[in-house]
Amino acid sequence: MMKKIKARALSLLSDGTVKRVLGWETGETAWDWSPALFETEKEMDSFVYGVYAGANLSKYCLKMGKMDGKTLVILKPCDTLSFRQLLHEHRLERDAFYIIGAGCTGMQDENSLLMKCAACKSKNFAVYDEIIDTEEAKQPTGTKNRMEDVEKLEQMTAEERFAFWQGELSRCIRCNACRNVCPACSCIKCVFDNPSSGVQSKAPVTDFEENMFHIIRAYHVAGRCTDCGECSRVCPQHIPLHLLNRKFIKDMNELYGEYQAGRSDDERTPLTSYTMEDAEPGIVHERGRG
Amino acid sequence: MRTFSAEKLESLISSMTLPVYAPVEEGNTVIYAPYEAGKKLRLDKVGTDKTPKEVLFPQWETLMHFRMEGKTIELTEEERAKEDYVLFGVRACDMQAIRVLDKVFLSDPVDTYYAARREHGIIVGLACDQPGKNCFCKNFDIDPAQPDTDLVLWPAGDTYYCEAYTDKGRALMDGWDTEEADENAVAEIKENIAKKYDALPFAHLNLTGFDGEHLMEKFESPQWKKLSMACLGCGTCTFSCPTCQCYDIRDYDTGHGIQRYRCWDSCMYSDFTLMAHGTNRPTQLEKYRQRFMHKLVYFPSRNEGMYSCVGCGRCIEKCPMNLNIVKVIKALGEGEKE
Repeated sequence: MMKKIKARALSLLSDGTVKRVLGWETGETAWDWSPALFETEKEMDSFVYGVYAGANLSKYCLKMGKMDGKTLVILKPCDTLSFRQLLHEHRLERDAFYIIGAGCTGMQDENSLLMKCAACKSKNFAVYDEIIDTEEAKQPTGTKNRMEDVEKLEQMTAEERFAFWQGELSRCIRCNACRNVCPACSCIKCVFDNPSSGVQSKAPVTDFEENMFHIIRAYHVAGRCTDCGECSRVCPQHIPLHLLNRKFIKDMNELYGEYQAGRSDDERTPLTSYTMEDAEPGIVHERGRG
Repeated sequence: MRTFSAEKLESLISSMTLPVYAPVEEGNTVIYAPYEAGKKLRLDKVGTDKTPKEVLFPQWETLMHFRMEGKTIELTEEERAKEDYVLFGVRACDMQAIRVLDKVFLSDPVDTYYAARREHGIIVGLACDQPGKNCFCKNFDIDPAQPDTDLVLWPAGDTYYCEAYTDKGRALMDGWDTEEADENAVAEIKENIAKKYDALPFAHLNLTGFDGEHLMEKFESPQWKKLSMACLGCGTCTFSCPTCQCYDIRDYDTGHGIQRYRCWDSCMYSDFTLMAHGTNRPTQLEKYRQRFMHKLVYFPSRNEGMYSCVGCGRCIEKCPMNLNIVKVIKALGEGEKE
């Protein structure tokens, strides 16, 4: 698959269809690949694709979208959800990109299958110009129930759940990796980066504020988060941030019907459309008491 | 040289009357925190998630309070540390990192908050008998078998050897229940450590040219564009680095006064050294370049060749996009590609 993708990328680069290729390059070890931008055929020598291409390249497209000429981007099935969500929000121009949908057999870090792949959502591509796939890559990867850990949290008492999140979130060092990697966090200037905002992120006044940062961020991306899992993958403090997003997704699915952000342009988004059948706020309040 | 049984380690730590900061488990991370009953000690962990730097230079600390009443402003400085404590289980790289911090905080004008903590700390080093896969301290003339601390521990299976090198260290060790050991007991251990570290993949990087003489050449290298492309601009590398020492000072409005605090800053952040005219590092390329130029060129050129990278490997382990200083050294070093 990698050979095919590389050959295709080289041919699109050399015939001028695209001006650059956004993919991954090899590192110092077998697994430490990094996202990279290739502008010449020679640079493509270090191009690589495979099980260590875990990073979601969709957010980098915000930068590439402002450059002259088309960018070829390699997107895995779940990455295409993020890309399409950004299209939907008018953050990207479709014409600025040539998308190769790359088959995915599950991504790994040095030691194991990535958390996001252990509960793989889908092998479908939400947006692409062409797909380079294999039979193996079409087979489901990771059969873990995506909501299993959320259900465990739901079964806790409110006190237990509070203690769980306090324990997890107290480890946060405010490096902002979760925010910076998140394709749904696409504000040009984050309020937490604004020295005049009074809520700048560098030091929390209390532990409570620390907790609130993540909870508020999860609320801000609710309905737009595709559950790409990058927030948890990048956290240097190993905080399971994806559980906050998944809880919101689970609630939205239960209250407003099954929805996947980035899957299609035709679906009504649960939090921005109103129907007479919508849950009353009181129901939500009651549920929160658990 | 003294020795004690590994079984006695925890009781030895508990027996110390001074507060002890040691590498302990916190959730699924290992940090330097007060050691107390029920905490799991993790002396086996090389490259702890947070560094001992935090004990001397916390991520955030209050410096002073201003309280306003009518037209008067009352200023109260936060008290400096005044009690002795033990910083236990510090690796050679992290101790070298403290030496780097000393250069910054103990040079004129002395940072009295840091100086007080530094003065009251007794540092117990721990030799690295099992290197981490990302360790590359060798490149910076650091001996992982001999931390430059008040007192050093060498693990040797079911026993520990220890030796004190300063008055503080000797006074601390005098209170420990230890037995006399052969002066050469750790020679073989040290030799084995040296062999293991020599065989690591990043043990022999070429640092030729990382100095003040080649400053502009490194600064203007075309490699920075490619090296920095994938950088998210998060603070992971700076906050998990044992030598990164930049901080910001801010005021928190308490309603009836000001709480002035300082917190770690990161050269990766958009408002780092932001001035009225805007920023002099407009894109991630300049921010990224600053971090590595500081560690590998600016700092050694001003401090007799002392690098402010100690090869602990944390940025290799933690960068979400697998960017790190080893890649920078290789790309910019001798035999630079293209």
